[in-house]
Formats: sequence, structure tokens, C-alpha cells
Amino acid sequence: MLKLIASRIATAIPSLIGVVIVTFMLTRVLPGDAAAYFAGPAATPQAIAEIRTKLGLDKPLPVQFVDYVTALSKGDLGSSLSTGQPVATEIASRLPASAELTLSGLILALAIAIPFGIMAAVKQGTWVDHACRVITTAGVSLPVFFTGLLLVYVFYFKLGWAPAPLGRLDVFFTAPPTVTGFYLIDSLIAGDLETFRSAAAQLAIPTVTLAIFALAPIARITRASMLSVLSSEFVRTARAAGLTPYKVIMVYAFRNAMLPVITTLGMVFSFLLGANVLVEKVFAWPGIGSYAVEALISSDYAPVQGFVLAMAILYIILNLVIDLAYGVIDPRARSEA
Amino acid sequence: MNRREFLKTASVTATASAAGVAAPAVFSSAQAQARAETLLIVSESGPNNLDVQGVGTNVPGYEVSWNCYDRLITHPMKDVNGTPYYDRDKIEGELAEDMTLGDMSATFKLKKNATFQDGTPVTAKDVKWSMDRAVSVGGFPTFQMKAGSLEKPEQFVVVDDHTFRVDFLRKDRLTIPDLAVVVPCIMNSELVKKNATAQDPWGLEYVKQNTVGSGAYKVTKWTPGTEVVFERNDKWVGGPMPKIKRVIWRMVPSAGNRRALLERGDADISYDLPNKDFVELKDSGKLTIISTPYSNGLQYIGMNVTKPPFDNLKVRQAIAYAIPYQKIMDAVLFGLGKPMFGAAPGGVKEAVWPQPAPFTTDLVKAKQLLTEAGYPNGLETTISFDLGFAGVNEPLCVLLQENLQELGIKTTINKIPGANWRTELNKKELPLFTNVFSGWLDYPEYFFFWCYHGQNSVFNTMSYKSAAMDAFIDGARAAAAKGDKAAYDADVKGMIDLAFADVPRVPLYQPYVNIAMQKNVTGYEYWFHRRLDYRSFVKS
Repeated sequence: MLKLIASRIATAIPSLIGVVIVTFMLTRVLPGDAAAYFAGPAATPQAIAEIRTKLGLDKPLPVQFVDYVTALSKGDLGSSLSTGQPVATEIASRLPASAELTLSGLILALAIAIPFGIMAAVKQGTWVDHACRVITTAGVSLPVFFTGLLLVYVFYFKLGWAPAPLGRLDVFFTAPPTVTGFYLIDSLIAGDLETFRSAAAQLAIPTVTLAIFALAPIARITRASMLSVLSSEFVRTARAAGLTPYKVIMVYAFRNAMLPVITTLGMVFSFLLGANVLVEKVFAWPGIGSYAVEALISSDYAPVQGFVLAMAILYIILNLVIDLAYGVIDPRARSEA
Repeated sequence: MNRREFLKTASVTATASAAGVAAPAVFSSAQAQARAETLLIVSESGPNNLDVQGVGTNVPGYEVSWNCYDRLITHPMKDVNGTPYYDRDKIEGELAEDMTLGDMSATFKLKKNATFQDGTPVTAKDVKWSMDRAVSVGGFPTFQMKAGSLEKPEQFVVVDDHTFRVDFLRKDRLTIPDLAVVVPCIMNSELVKKNATAQDPWGLEYVKQNTVGSGAYKVTKWTPGTEVVFERNDKWVGGPMPKIKRVIWRMVPSAGNRRALLERGDADISYDLPNKDFVELKDSGKLTIISTPYSNGLQYIGMNVTKPPFDNLKVRQAIAYAIPYQKIMDAVLFGLGKPMFGAAPGGVKEAVWPQPAPFTTDLVKAKQLLTEAGYPNGLETTISFDLGFAGVNEPLCVLLQENLQELGIKTTINKIPGANWRTELNKKELPLFTNVFSGWLDYPEYFFFWCYHGQNSVFNTMSYKSAAMDAFIDGARAAAAKGDKAAYDADVKGMIDLAFADVPRVPLYQPYVNIAMQKNVTGYEYWFHRRLDYRSFVKS
């Protein structure tokens, strides 16, 4: 197991180096001049030149790259111009917000999609199956910003059940002391139930928005993979041996059907991080996606580089976890590695 | 994941989502009290720096500076169409209790009881240090100071602890108004110096994160891109004590949600909604909507006069007669703009700016002008605009494109991202484009100096150069400094006439600043910087 982890991490290092080089080049090659943008509305060419010197953008590219890598090796991701904060602190404070949202969305999606997929496969051709098809089609075809705005319109604007879409907490609550950065967990650690309720209420609609989006691929893959497993011989044997339907489906069939589901889960998680950008915009969520987009719009290099790097590391960890999960579920995957 | 784990996560989610649905937005009574003394503002973007003199401070940053710092002097309000509007021609003290204007200097007596937010008294030393900083840090603040002939630290003199003098380099009418803009704010010099470093002698890093002024509010919490929280400074002596104790400014990127927050009564003020939303909100009558034209600001169509085809006056005139002015007012702005077209021909009557240009939509005349210019079969070009303001710019350019099509002018629309826009403008290569310019100092010669003068600043986007124009602009500046009203008026009329005759740019309209607020919120004041002044708001 340890050897597997070590070899996986070793293969990740070249990709990380690639990511560092590519993001650096991309942000520099992109059209747009950070100095002109930040020089403000009444800037003269001299003012722009002064800002360019201050930002170190007048140096040749290789020198800028060496500066960047040197700083990076010390854990310094630079400072964002548009928010004025060090990128590392910004990412550290914003990543939990995105992660809390993405994970809640994913868990909710799983909680609905997997039972739904299994039911649809077991009762193929019945109303459950049709309902599954309708919901998954709707899920993939509705863009998240649309579902988000629609849910806000109905549940906040029309019905007044949901709180104002103003980010992670109501305006008059203060954030719980940071332990994990997840407000739901931190507020419970602090024993502050009122804050917990507020955080949960703020989280509800964005979570549903993400879950609707994530539900479709998970339910479809669960259904397809269950169908193929249910028609295989060992299931027939199990049934013939008189095992209860529950045992046949949940213990024998489902466990075997899970591998493709886990693979999809990895993909869905990465989609969700992408979809997050839009959901964060709609719900004024102080997450990492909206941060990166704003930085990109204003040619603010440091946060873009920091964001891509953080995401690359996240994906590498995610892939590692999925590979390990394979091994747990399927002994064959363990021996192959 | 086995069955047991699966059931566990499922039940956790079930409780979490149940809690979510069960928690409505109820406030306890303490919170209701807090809410009555708090102003909740929602807008699209927030500050990137709390220091107006910092590197690359954005426009929302000016709002922070305006409310958290005092200047020596400020402008009183006057009434314009029922809205308090800053009075360009009057000055009153903010940190200064008295101003004596000499021939080549101005002397300010500071209020004796004024203190910074940490309790240290405000002295002339702090004033000088702050002014020195503004003219020395470079970039935007330094250039803004220069616009009022405030260029060297030697101009700022400490007479005694509470007396401060500004020596003039030359006579310039803009010097005194330039002391009342956002940039020359007074900072706690000792506090900043304590936190400055050898590489950063002006403490830019510290002031970026901390408000160190004597102003009416202080920033107590700032989460960039998310929120800014202000608390009132109860020891403020710059003016009458503000009514609002706390201001929470939240960034809500989605315009639809900002509108929903206003309509539901959760947010008190918002000011950057699309025009269509403002018109609909105005019609619904649930909120107070105030629209004020930008002072000294214009949206225009510009043409590059150095390159064919727009080096030809007749082509430029053809474009001026081809613009669908009224359609732009109706379909793009929904009426929220002041028309700057259709003036009676026969020359400029008044020395005021902005004023309507003598153009109307007349496609027959436009076609004729284009034929005379030697383009009977039309031509091809591109129309460029800044995507940062796509809400207005895009439909505007599409309408223009349609009309030009009828003249045989084929255009492609070139959308330029906000980060890129200024770079592109600086290259001065765009043939045809739309843009907005507005000046903090509300004087015609200030506008023309930036936009039409042969020194070719960034805002002379057309690369227009004319000796006659330069003579009018320089003449008006000199006449203003001397107070020669007749010569000044003649020069201003001359420059406006020439601008309309040569048409390097075609004025379209004066944009509006639109504010939507709850009925129980009053006290909005219009300022040249077009941001909110929290000090005057009242919530009942």
C-alpha cells in the first residue's frame, strides 16, 4: 500500500512541474496588461510604466520565472492585485468554502443518485426507471447558474423559505473560530447551534443546485453498471442458491457495480469544482472558483497561478484516493498495482 | 463504501438538509436592533485596497477612502432636481476650520480637537506627510495631484502645529478643488511610519489593510471580494455626527440576486444594477430610485483620425449622422441617460460642458456625405468596445452596426476584455469604438485637456491633434487662473465648436448614476467620485 502511494506521488511530480511552467507561460502570453488595468482610469503612460516596474513586469520573462519559482519554493504564491492579499492566505481561507459546498453537493447527490440508480436497474422499465431517466436528463441539461437562479427565485424571492443568497452566513452572524474552515463543523465544535443553523440554511440551496447537476451522471452510471452486473452469471447463481434479493443486490451485485461509479465520482467531483465557479457567483459564495475567475478577468497573474496549482494538487490527491479506493473494493486492482 | 457507511452518510445528509429547510431567516431581538442601526449595501465588486494612494487601487477603494479619511476641505451640498449634489463652486472645511487664500498660497488652520481614530491629535505635520506621500508615491495619486499643479513636497509647509500652508507653483484654478478630491486624504503619519519598512517608506502595505485616518468611519473587517464592515468613529469632528452606526458592504456578483435582495427588503442600497432593472424597480414604486447624470462625463463614439477612412472629415460626419441616437436612449438605456445630440445648429451658445452636439439620425445625409468622401459603395471597419461594460456597450454597438449596414459600411464587432481595454486604447489603433470618460473636476477645460489636447493623453483616444484646439484649451486654463470670464467663455465656446466641427468623437449621452434604496433609507448625496457617502444616510 505504501509503495503504491509512493509510486503514485512520484508520477505526479512531473505533472506538477508541467503545471507550474504552463500556468506561468499562459498568464504571461494572454493578452491584457495588468499594469494598464491597475493604473486606474486617469493613468498616463508614465503611471502605467511606474506600476509595471513596481510589479516586476518590466523584467524579462526568464527572470520573472526564476523569481516566481524561488518564491514558490518558499511557499510564497505572491500577492493578488485585485484583492490586495497574499494568494496563499486567500486560497487557504477560500478553499474550505468551496470544499464544504462541493462535498455537501456531492454527498446529497450520492444519497439520492445511488439508491435511485439501483432501484432503476432492479425495476427496469417501471415508473422508477422512467423517473430516473427524466430526472437525470433534466439534471444534465439544466445549467447550474440557471438552476441556481431559479431556486433563489422560488425559495428566496417568492416563498421566502431560504435565507438571502449572501454567502456562507447571514450578515449578522460572525464566523465560528476556524478549526477546519467548514462552518458546519466549526460551529458544532464551538457549540454554537444558532450559527450552525444559519450556515446550514445558507448552504441548503447552493447544495441542492450542485446536487441536481451531479446527480445525473452518478445515477446513470449506477444504473448501467448495476444492469450489467445483475445479468451476470454469479448473480444468477446467487439467486438460484436462494439468497434473499436484498443480499443479492446489495452485497453481491452492488459491490461489483461500484468500480465504474467510483471512477465517475472522481470525474463528477472535478466537474463540480468547475460548476462551483458559477454557483459561487450566483450565491455570492466566497469560494476559490469565483476568486480565480475575477483574477483572470483582471489579468491578475498570481492568483491564477496559485489557483491552477492548488487545483492540480487537489486532482492528484483525488486520483490517488480513487486508486486506493479501487484496491479496497476490488482485490484484483490491488494485485495489478 | 459499504452499506453501513452508506446509510450513515445518508442520514447525516438528511439531518443537515432538514436543518437547512427548517431554519428560516428569523432574527433575534438583539439582531433586529443591530439591523436598525446598520446599513447593508450590496454591489458587484469591492475594494482591492483601502488606501486610495496605493498601487492600482480600484474605484470601490475610493469609497472606503472617502468615508474613512478626512481631507482639509470639502464641498457643501446644493439641491439639483431634488437630490443633494456637491457644489463645485463652494468650499467648506473638513479638517481645516479656516482657509485663507493668498495670491500664491493658501493657509489652513486645523480643527484643534481633531484626532485620529487611535486617539492621537491631527497636526500640520500629519497633513504635510500625507500630501508629500500623495505627490511622491507615483501612479494615479501623483498624477491626480499634478492635475491641480500640486507636484513637489516643497509646496507643503508646516507653519505651526495647527497651521498648514500650500504654496502654488503657478496660478491654477484647479489647485483648491484638487485638495477636495479623494486623493489628498490625511493620514496618521506616526502610526504609518511605525509600520513602514525601508523598502516601503510610505507604508503602502500597512495602509492597504488598515484605515489610519480621522474620518467618520473605520474599517473593522475586510474580506476582499466578500465584504467590508465599517464602524462609526464617535470622535469624528469633520462634520455632523453620522446617524448610521455600522455599514456592511457585501459583494453580490449576480445582478438578479442584488435586485431580489432589494425587493425582499434584505439589502438597503444597491447601485450597479442593469438599466432595465432600475426602470422596472422605479415603475414598481417599492423602492426609492435616484438617477443623477455623471458630472463632466460622456459616452461617445470615437474615431481614429490618423488613419483612413476616419482621417476624412466627411466620413466622420457621415458616422455622426448615422448613429441611431434615440434608439440607443430607448432600447439600451431605457431612458436612464441625458441625451447629448440634436442641438439646434448655429454654434454653441453657452460655455458649459457637457452639452448636446448638433447631430441627429439622418441616413440620407449620411449617405450623401459618404459619397462625397469617396466611398459611394461603403467601406469595411471594426467597432470595438470594453466587455467590462458589455451591458450597455454591446447593444449600443449592435444598433450602430445595423445603421452603418444601411450605408454600406460593413462592420465587425470587436469585444475587448476589461483587462485589455486600456492597453488597446493606449495603442491608439482602434478605428471606431465607444467609450466613457468622466472627470472628477467638473470644468470644461479639464475634460478637453484630457480628451482633445494635442499632448495626446490616454483619453485622447482618437489621437486628435489640432493647433487651434490646443490654443483654445491652453487659453481657457490661463483665463480661468486669471479669472478673466469673457476670455474664458470665448475659449470654451471655441473649443466646443471646434470639437463638433471636426467630430473626432461623437457625444451620445451623459450616463446616469443609479441608486436603488429602501423607502426607509434617505440621505443620498451625489459626489463627483460617484460613490456613496455613508455619513449622510439615515435609516428610519
